[in-house]
Amino acid sequence: MACLLEAPLRISVLSEVTATSRHYVDRLFDPDPQKVLQGVIDMKNAVIGNNKQKANLIVLGAVPRLLYLLQQGSSSSELRAECAVVLGSLAMGTENNIKSLVDCHIIPALLQGLLCPDLIFIEACLRCLRTVFISPVTPVQLLYTDPTVIPHLMSLLSRSQRTQEYITQIFSHCCKTPEHQTVLFNHGAIQNIAPLLISPSYKVRMQALKCFSVLAYENTQVSMTLVNVLVDEELLSQVFVRMMQRDQPIDMQLTAAKCLTYMCRAGAIRTDDSCIVLKTLPCLVRMCSKERLLEERVEGAETLAYLMEPDVELQRIASVTDHLVAMLADYFKYPSSVSAITDIKRLDHDLKHAHELRQAAFKLYASLGSNDEDIRKKITETENMMDRIVSGLSESSVKVRLAAVRCLHSLSRSVQQLRTSFHDHAVWKPLMKLLQNAPDEVLVMASSTLCNLLLEFSPSKEPILESGVIELLCSLTQSDSPALRVNGIWALMNMAFQADQKVKGEIVRALGTEQLFRLLSDPDSNVLMKTLGLLRNLLSTRPHIDQVMSSHGKQIMQAVTLILEGEHSIEVKEQTLCILANIADGNTAKELIMTNDDILQKIKYYMAHSNVKLQLAATFCISNLIWNEEDGSQERQDKLRELGFVDILHKLTQASDPNLCDRSDTATHTSDLSPAFLQILSSIDRQTGTNTCTLIVL
Amino acid sequence: MDAMAELGAGSLLLGDPAFNYQEAELNERLKRLYPAVNEDETPLPRSWSPKDKYSYIGLSQNNLRVHYKGHGKNHKDAASVRATHPIPAACGIYYFEVKIVSKGLDFLSSLLPLSPIPGWDKHSYGYHGDDGHSFCSSGTGQPYGPTFTTGDVIGCCVNLINNTCFYTKNGISLGVAFTDLPPNLYPTVGLQTPGEIVDANFGQQPFVFDIEDYMSEWRAKIHGMIARFPIGERLGEWQAVLQNMVSTYLVHHGYCATATAFARATETLIQEDQTSIKNRQRIQKLVLAGRVGEAIEATQQLYPGLLEHNPNLLFMLKCRQFVEMVNGTDSEVRCFSVRSPKSQDSYPGSPSLSPRHGATNPNLHSAGADSPTCSNGVTPPNKNKSHNKYPGVSSASSSSSSSPSSVNYSESNSTDSTKSQPHSGTSNQEETSDSEMEIEAEHYTNGVAENPSARIMNGTYKHQEILQAQDISLEDSCASRQLCGGNQAATERMIQFGRELQGLNEQLCREYGKNVTHKKMLQDAFSLLAYSDPWNCPVGQQLDPMQRENICSALNSAILESQNLPKQPPLMLALGQATECVQLMARVRSGSCSFARVDNFLH
Repeated sequence: MACLLEAPLRISVLSEVTATSRHYVDRLFDPDPQKVLQGVIDMKNAVIGNNKQKANLIVLGAVPRLLYLLQQGSSSSELRAECAVVLGSLAMGTENNIKSLVDCHIIPALLQGLLCPDLIFIEACLRCLRTVFISPVTPVQLLYTDPTVIPHLMSLLSRSQRTQEYITQIFSHCCKTPEHQTVLFNHGAIQNIAPLLISPSYKVRMQALKCFSVLAYENTQVSMTLVNVLVDEELLSQVFVRMMQRDQPIDMQLTAAKCLTYMCRAGAIRTDDSCIVLKTLPCLVRMCSKERLLEERVEGAETLAYLMEPDVELQRIASVTDHLVAMLADYFKYPSSVSAITDIKRLDHDLKHAHELRQAAFKLYASLGSNDEDIRKKITETENMMDRIVSGLSESSVKVRLAAVRCLHSLSRSVQQLRTSFHDHAVWKPLMKLLQNAPDEVLVMASSTLCNLLLEFSPSKEPILESGVIELLCSLTQSDSPALRVNGIWALMNMAFQADQKVKGEIVRALGTEQLFRLLSDPDSNVLMKTLGLLRNLLSTRPHIDQVMSSHGKQIMQAVTLILEGEHSIEVKEQTLCILANIADGNTAKELIMTNDDILQKIKYYMAHSNVKLQLAATFCISNLIWNEEDGSQERQDKLRELGFVDILHKLTQASDPNLCDRSDTATHTSDLSPAFLQILSSIDRQTGTNTCTLIVL
Repeated sequence: MDAMAELGAGSLLLGDPAFNYQEAELNERLKRLYPAVNEDETPLPRSWSPKDKYSYIGLSQNNLRVHYKGHGKNHKDAASVRATHPIPAACGIYYFEVKIVSKGLDFLSSLLPLSPIPGWDKHSYGYHGDDGHSFCSSGTGQPYGPTFTTGDVIGCCVNLINNTCFYTKNGISLGVAFTDLPPNLYPTVGLQTPGEIVDANFGQQPFVFDIEDYMSEWRAKIHGMIARFPIGERLGEWQAVLQNMVSTYLVHHGYCATATAFARATETLIQEDQTSIKNRQRIQKLVLAGRVGEAIEATQQLYPGLLEHNPNLLFMLKCRQFVEMVNGTDSEVRCFSVRSPKSQDSYPGSPSLSPRHGATNPNLHSAGADSPTCSNGVTPPNKNKSHNKYPGVSSASSSSSSSPSSVNYSESNSTDSTKSQPHSGTSNQEETSDSEMEIEAEHYTNGVAENPSARIMNGTYKHQEILQAQDISLEDSCASRQLCGGNQAATERMIQFGRELQGLNEQLCREYGKNVTHKKMLQDAFSLLAYSDPWNCPVGQQLDPMQRENICSALNSAILESQNLPKQPPLMLALGQATECVQLMARVRSGSCSFARVDNFLH
């Protein structure tokens, strides 16, 4: 009943409002220009702070009329300026307002208005443009459609503090891609905006600073230019350092730190420069403290993570600065139990930022722990850290999941952690779950982590194997993304390392020879390397070698020949020769080489190669072939002698590389049947006879 | 602070120039870092104390380098040394650094009493280099920071505002180590291995860590706290209080016109009546112009009995009068003087302060007719003398004319110039010069009238700045400065006056007993006569016109008191109270006083 009663009431109120609004619009059509002006001014006063009134006027079609008046050359400059002010006020309302304004082509009209000489009108246009452009619903591309706009805006920067503030704000919101950066850069953004950094107006300084932060982000060209810019005879980096002083507003400190971070990451400032080590890094750590707003803490942590990602020294410094590792643990305490009870508004705020905080903390942990074992230990020892990661892996927010798995990946580089905390917390379970169904970027990280969990010494290897991971990894190798293919095959390679026959058989069966050989011709050299690694690991220990070679010998020999003939890197060829060496270690598999003169010639060629690594691998292969404890060694030795291998080996004994000398010694002495020497060498060969390949993901 | 600086200078007898330089740098840095510290009360640590140390500790390099000379077999062999003084609370934030020159096995830095290892004993706090642990009053440490070794610079910052402490390593803050620290901590280091050497930096060198940046954050915090301090419901009263403060201040210093205008604008009442304010103003002007004799006369005339009841004040005034006689500014000697060189330029702004100027400026030229006070502040009661003074005024500008920028016509006005000047004026010039001079005088007047509140408090310096051109010319004429204006009769009058003064002193001694201050005052004044150039002698300071200000405000206060008015304006009282409060905060160890300095709020 109540609803029924209320509905008509509302309608009547609405119609009343619309009636007054209509009056405002009607006055815009008055033939007397003076009355039109008064109408616009009254409209301005009516819409300030009144979202409903704004929506009404837009619905009633005020915008096209205002734009018409604004563009009309016959309108007085006062009227035009007032029109721009009203439009700016309308833009201050809801996102829907902005959409309607953009749909009415307000942007080209206002940009056109900037050509007028009247400063007040220009400022009103810019203010309105600023409000429109900073809205997320406005397509930024609209700023770049007309190529004359950017240079004109640059020229307007000298007009007044207001034009400076609005224009730099427009730039910083509309610079989203490297192309935008280049356009602004090419039109002299740096020279034009740099002097504004010392403007007497805080707003101008702040917007100019924001401009530089978006311009420098991942942009080497801009960053390299910035380091040499002088503002009032002071280097720009020093200006930024001053802006980071602790008594400056937080927003300014944070944005200045971002600028220096981006310049540093772009290679324009060294990571050991004191302005990074003693100023930027501590400033960003401060931004992570409890005293800062949640938004600032998120930005601070993300920027800091980005700053130190590639530099272990910065990671070490950050790890001891102001208890950062412990400070980050607070990021997981939102919404806090206190806020839930006492303050609904606060709870809402906390909830909104909780995901952002968590993902920022995970990112920063990931960055902190990416190189140093001690830091990783410190992180895993932080209260409930592993539990937090585990629950982060299954959070609803993709951003948090991604960050959590990044963190896990970073920590999984630690042998000790793999053996202890990773196993204790059974992180493989949520990780496996994550791998079942996740966006590619999460999959890349998760599979990378899995690679490390499948390392031979990881206690998680067994349970993962039992959970049917092989099928999953094999399907990854068929992915379109090279990163996923690499991780899939990499994980398989790690899994095959010193595995038992059953596992190896399962890998070969699940992957299928066809897929295996497709991977051997993969355009991505990383994939090729890891596939060769897998082959090498599969071909280890004599019984396995013979078994694999008996079933797939022909294809493998073919693939090896192809790779040795093809244009590949030294690493790939070395890996391939190592596979040959492993084959040479088999009982029956040897014959596949001995009977293949083409291969033997290739081995001979590589023994005389200029690259020591390749020589070593080839010699290795020969050494396995002539090993005299085995049946038929005499025949093989004779054949190789015939082919001139002994001469090469003798030459190699005079070679400079001690490692190589040793190896060739083994080969020559073995063929000479020197019994005493054999004893010693046999032990060496036990170790090296079949070499396997294992690599920790970096 | 001054005393300390001199103390530092005293030890310079060592004659090591590098040390002198370092000492000067130290003083300068400490003053900048801890401006609120009164080193007379609470000296800052400047070195390790050779007294408060274990015998295993050796000190060198001005007690800044510490080395270990014990066996270093176990913890019992550990030894420490502390700084000469505890950290004063008025520092607000205190910081020192230690560089590990050579590391034995174990190094411990930090605070408080003389225990073998900082952090192991009660009320002792430390950060240990071997394990990176922090120790707080016990032998068991908490994991705190990284380990440290040779080449590292370890800093310790004590925040006396929130009573916490953090350490730094190579300029990087390691985060809070201790909270709830007790007061009166000493910087301390402990060593326990042979070969260990550490160097302290209490401010002798720039710190590796940017402590000033950290301080700036706290300064901003505390200023923000003060700015946001809730005033509460009494907002309306607040404004009335402020208006009253301004009004009383103006009245106190006799800025009559400004005070009236202010009262009219703010609709407040002035307690004192106009004539009384004007009288006080007139007397003050006389004192500030160096015409103390006239000021005494005027006081006796306007406030009979006042000086008789304040013999000390009278004595002070007479002493000053003597000094002004030496200076050649007092009317008793000026009447003899033909050149009276510097009455005007030495204090040019103040005598022209007259209520009239605040009101109307368009009548500038005719103003001369209104009253002779306009240009030289000579007051009606002394009209007979003021006739004599007219040439005095012009000769005042003549003395300034020795500076090239000065106008050359002023010369013409002096009746018989002893010096031969390049330009002698014609009668025609005389006329123009007269009127133009009036204008010039008025210029000063305007400047002063616009800026009246500045005058006594801190305005004097400003005036000096404004009138620098004049001062330069004064220095040019320095060579011609002579005792009592160089007049023989005046000198005799001065000597006679000196005798009278001596007599007055003896009389006061008989009546009230010996007064050391008086004796000193008299001695200083008479000492002037011992030098051929009193202006450039050890006691020449007395001749500085700025010295008139103290006696002027003392006289003003006495007059006000006699009228049952407050002898100090409430504004000054509030200011003094605030300053005193901040000093009291330092004494009760509230560190925030360091960043709540009253000076910071006066612009």
